Amino acid sequence: MINFRLDGRSVVPTYLQIVQQVRQALRMGVLDVGDKLPTVREVVAATAVNPNTVLKAYRDLEREGLVEPRAGHGTFVVGRPSGPPPGTHARLARSLAQWVHGAREAGLDDESIESLLRITLRAAAEEETA
Amino acid sequence: MMASSDVLAVQTRGLTKRYRRVTALRGASITVPEGRISALIGPNGAGKTTLLRLLAGLARPGSGDVEVLGGRPAQHPSFLANVGFLAQEIPLYRRFTVGEHVAAGAHLNSRWDGAYVRQRLASLDIPLGQRVGALSGGQRAQLALSLTLAKRPRLLLLDEPVAALDPLARRHFLAQLAEAVADGGLTVVLSSHLLADLEQTCDHLILLAAASVQLCGDIDTLLAEHQVLIGPRKDTTAIERDHTLVHAVRTARQTTLLIRRSGPVIDPAFEAADVGLEELVLGYMSQPAGPRPGRLTTIGEQQ
Repeated sequence: MINFRLDGRSVVPTYLQIVQQVRQALRMGVLDVGDKLPTVREVVAATAVNPNTVLKAYRDLEREGLVEPRAGHGTFVVGRPSGPPPGTHARLARSLAQWVHGAREAGLDDESIESLLRITLRAAAEEETA
Repeated sequence: MMASSDVLAVQTRGLTKRYRRVTALRGASITVPEGRISALIGPNGAGKTTLLRLLAGLARPGSGDVEVLGGRPAQHPSFLANVGFLAQEIPLYRRFTVGEHVAAGAHLNSRWDGAYVRQRLASLDIPLGQRVGALSGGQRAQLALSLTLAKRPRLLLLDEPVAALDPLARRHFLAQLAEAVADGGLTVVLSSHLLADLEQTCDHLILLAAASVQLCGDIDTLLAEHQVLIGPRKDTTAIERDHTLVHAVRTARQTTLLIRRSGPVIDPAFEAADVGLEELVLGYMSQPAGPRPGRLTTIGEQQ
């Protein structure tokens, strides 16, 4: 079962953190169709987050067609977010980790790495539209 | 299962309370819909305890209306059965055991969920045979909350419940509270002079300063209705005419405005940013004291 890490200091609203973590778990293959999400009560007892926040996140996921509540049984995964098959992200994450390691060894700090990533993404986007 | 509701658990209009010459609360109009966890935030002496005592029926208003669960607060069994109030000084007897407190609760309350309180205390590792004096501060707070929840109240009023707790005990306390709300049928108003502790647990905010309500409403709605504008130092009369200026910081070169929007902001000189809850609260608190315009006190709520 998925375990949410919710950061009150984050600029991302808490309900969106839950939505993003479920989507991410589906992409990484940690969650799959048929799996059960923790109940609102379970999430709340573990995180002290407001129950309405969890409900809002689950409703958003339901609207996206990713989960479905079954009366008396809980909320179940019924779909995957569009995108590459599960495992793709895990594979790319490994090669990216290798790249980050190389960048750090070359003396880049996190800020330089982030700015390099942004510049590369922008350049790639311009290349595609050109 | 709880759900967002439009039914109001609490509604006050122009509530005023004076103690001798001091006005503890001035013209307070608030609404709290059922099923919410509302953070009552304000500096010490802002009127938080006074407002909670008025809602609990422990004090009578000088003027104005107060409606709690559809009735007027009173020291009457039918009202008190539905309202749980936990004062700043937790009302426990140090020489008595946990079990004796549970037995007293069963004796004193017409509605009492003994199974609930026993199961709660077991999951919290608080033994029934323990004397209250031997419990930690966190355990005492948990015990008081468990005893209050065993009444199965529909409204729970908590005065600075987490102020004296260490971070871990605070989290456990708030988790127990959120779990009780998840079970349904419960609305909570809890006060604190700090917002950071409560931010994730609460979905509703009442902001008090200098005896007046500065803000009241659904937190997400309040955040969406406000915006920070960052731009050069220049005349902002046009912006102030179209929107409500809450707080402004002006340096020699830069202007930072916290506004409540009335529609989109169209001024290319200014960069618009979303506002965080802490920023919003501090913006209102650093305003000159005094009541806000009436419409501001009920943002995001029906009148």
